Amino acid sequence: MFSSFMTNAWLSGTIVAILAGVVGFFVVLRAASFAAHAIPNGAFAGAAGANLVGLNPLFGLISFAIVAALSIGATSRRSRSDVATALSLVLMLALGAAFLTLSTEYEPAINALLFGEILGVSSSQLLPVLLLAVLCVVAILALYRPLVFTSVAPDLAAAKGVNATFVEISFLLVLALATALTVPIVGALLTFSLMIGPPAAARLLSKHPARALTLSITLALATVWASIACSFEFNLPIGFFVGTFGAVLYLCARVSHARRAVRSVA
Amino acid sequence: MHWLFEPGLFSNHTVRTALLVGLIAALVSAVVGVFTVLRGQSFAGHALTDVATAGGAGAFLAGVAPIIGFVGGGVLGAGAMDAIGVQRVKGRDIATGVVLGAATGLSALFLYLSATSSASTGATQMILFGSIFTVQPSTLPVVAILSGVVLLTIAFIARPLLLSSLSIELAATRGVRVRVVGLVFMVTLAVSVGLSAIVIGSILSTALLIGPPASALKVVNRFWLGAAIAVVLGIGATWAGIVFAYDSYYWIPSHRALPVSFFVVAFVVVEFAFFSVVHRRRRGRPATAIEDSSHHVETQWH
Amino acid sequence: MTTRASLDAPTDILNVKDMEVAIDGRVILRDVDFRIGASEFTGLIGSNGSGKTTLFQVILGLRPTVAGTVSFHGQPLARRNRSIGYVPQKVLFDPEMPLRARDLVALGVDGHRYGLRRRSRAVLADIEEMLTAVDADGFADRRVGELSGGEQQRVLIAHALISRPELLLLDEPLANLDPGSAQEIIGLLHRVATDNRVAVLLSAHEMNPLLPVMDRVVYVANGRVASGTTDEVVRPDVLSALYGHHVDVLRVHGRVLVVASSSDEDDRMVSEHPDVVVK
Repeated sequence: MFSSFMTNAWLSGTIVAILAGVVGFFVVLRAASFAAHAIPNGAFAGAAGANLVGLNPLFGLISFAIVAALSIGATSRRSRSDVATALSLVLMLALGAAFLTLSTEYEPAINALLFGEILGVSSSQLLPVLLLAVLCVVAILALYRPLVFTSVAPDLAAAKGVNATFVEISFLLVLALATALTVPIVGALLTFSLMIGPPAAARLLSKHPARALTLSITLALATVWASIACSFEFNLPIGFFVGTFGAVLYLCARVSHARRAVRSVA
Repeated sequence: MHWLFEPGLFSNHTVRTALLVGLIAALVSAVVGVFTVLRGQSFAGHALTDVATAGGAGAFLAGVAPIIGFVGGGVLGAGAMDAIGVQRVKGRDIATGVVLGAATGLSALFLYLSATSSASTGATQMILFGSIFTVQPSTLPVVAILSGVVLLTIAFIARPLLLSSLSIELAATRGVRVRVVGLVFMVTLAVSVGLSAIVIGSILSTALLIGPPASALKVVNRFWLGAAIAVVLGIGATWAGIVFAYDSYYWIPSHRALPVSFFVVAFVVVEFAFFSVVHRRRRGRPATAIEDSSHHVETQWH
Repeated sequence: MTTRASLDAPTDILNVKDMEVAIDGRVILRDVDFRIGASEFTGLIGSNGSGKTTLFQVILGLRPTVAGTVSFHGQPLARRNRSIGYVPQKVLFDPEMPLRARDLVALGVDGHRYGLRRRSRAVLADIEEMLTAVDADGFADRRVGELSGGEQQRVLIAHALISRPELLLLDEPLANLDPGSAQEIIGLLHRVATDNRVAVLLSAHEMNPLLPVMDRVVYVANGRVASGTTDEVVRPDVLSALYGHHVDVLRVHGRVLVVASSSDEDDRMVSEHPDVVVK
């Protein structure tokens, strides 16, 4: 499990887990679960497209994720109709499917993009992934205060002169980058589970923002490490474990939260 | 017309079966979809697709016709959603998203096992992105019977369903059993998701279910006229998709046909965009005013 | 509160006696006594949260009572009583919903029926007539979600009246209307109710717009009610007893104002009037 060819899996998994724990925390805080669900679909089409024209998949992932994020940002001021968004998201998936059909990819490649692959990041990509992840975390730290402020009290933030649009777009770009890095490992369909499950559980377990953020990172790391281990041990797709662990974690937090609420009333 | 209808299109049994199945699935999806859009349950329809995917993948693994898995998974999902009372849940609900993630994980497992345990390939494309050209003629009776049952059920509950979609309170005071009607509708929705899934795949089935009805409802004020237009749009997109996918084999030098689902989804999106523009033009109001008035329409993800 | 007018009369269609309602163990209304006679126009007056909607739910058979009786024509309430029409407080119609005002009225006829029988000529004529009666001809073919509050109110009244109920309940129909539209709705309601011989029970937090048409008033406060004609109920002694502290009733320019006084007088006020009986 810890042999040399698995080193990349553990390293990239760790980077992605920390990233998902941090960025996901703000996704939950800002109720941006829509974006967290939509951007991976765009990333999927991007990776498939890059495959088709023979580019580095990371390039396709990032460029399409950013396009998806910016179009969400552009339409979010006008409240969107759910049908329009649902259709455009489905269209992105269909586009990805078409790209994959055109390229000479075989089924494992499609499965890997959709449901994840522990060996999804090669040695040559490890450095760019690490650098981009650091960039995301630094950006989040820089944005921390306005991000929390505009999430919790948008009116007050506006009154204080915080540029909500700038904060929103910056955040979406960070989310796009984080998604592009996460998709190759846990898959386009399960990136949402990793980005939302641990942070949502953490938020239920702790009221203190900093502690919840730490907990969110811890839970994301636990999810990813356990998923990599299980995936390796049982030779099953990592997406299955990420989806299951994410849901179990969240439901446990939910139960514990409800119990505490009952106790505090009694 | 040779540029559109490539040689052998209509003499081909596979294509004929595909056109027939596509017709039936588009018809049922459009009728059920009109109520789905009206009830603001497009998210429920979407949530069902995640469960139906797991069902379809499981059926493939077990060697059963995918339609059985799609419909079975969907109906189970509808029952579960009713049991925990999330029929009207909206897309921003994090809890539902996380729980549905587990269903997606299960699909991953089933598809992986199908790929490794059997010699058959293409399970992923077939379940997720559909492959109407592989539908066996023997599946036709199942499709026809399911569709008949769904359409009759919808006709039976149409008026109470309409009233309770309009206002649960009004329906309840008129003696409509709102919960029963809602549950029956959810089951028909699950079956439609299954039918749509065999045409364009389970994770894309939302398109056929929601797209044509949403387009039609933009431009008409009469409910049944809207349903009729939705049926025409749905069948149009499906048939055009099948024909284009068949033709694409000849367009592309490498002779790799593009998937039917891609074309169907693309046509559905084009129809929707067209009708949205018509809708805005007709109102003569700025787009923002219309969107503001629909502020209570929640967003859904995926 | 028992007054002479609330003695049972043979024409009563609704009779509420000693009723108590609780939600999650909390008593919302208790000792509720009132009656509604055929074709009477009754105002159900009380501030927000005083339990008016709860009372409607009880009358509609949608909420159980803890004690007392509610009878319709001397019979216990049935859950699906189509002789009672209802216009809910706020119905948020989606403007995207392709349902015309006319269709909403039609659903008043057959919205509870299963199957798709064709509407007969007589029913279609009836729908036309009802649309005209509520002055909705002009917007009968527009989507309900696009209509103004007052227009929606009129369509909802037509929807409720078309099944020929004997009693029509309206929950705060004036709440979101400007004074002009409110006057219009009241006038229209009084007219169609008289024409169709329907009794009306209308809830509002302000009684003045209703004064010209109201036969009786049911006044809710403090979880209890006082009922009778306006003159019987809207009096300082009756309302003070109901509120549990002193209130004054002022009549100015044909309008009624209920004004609370400072609190330490209250207890004295009630205790000095042992003849004011509040159940």
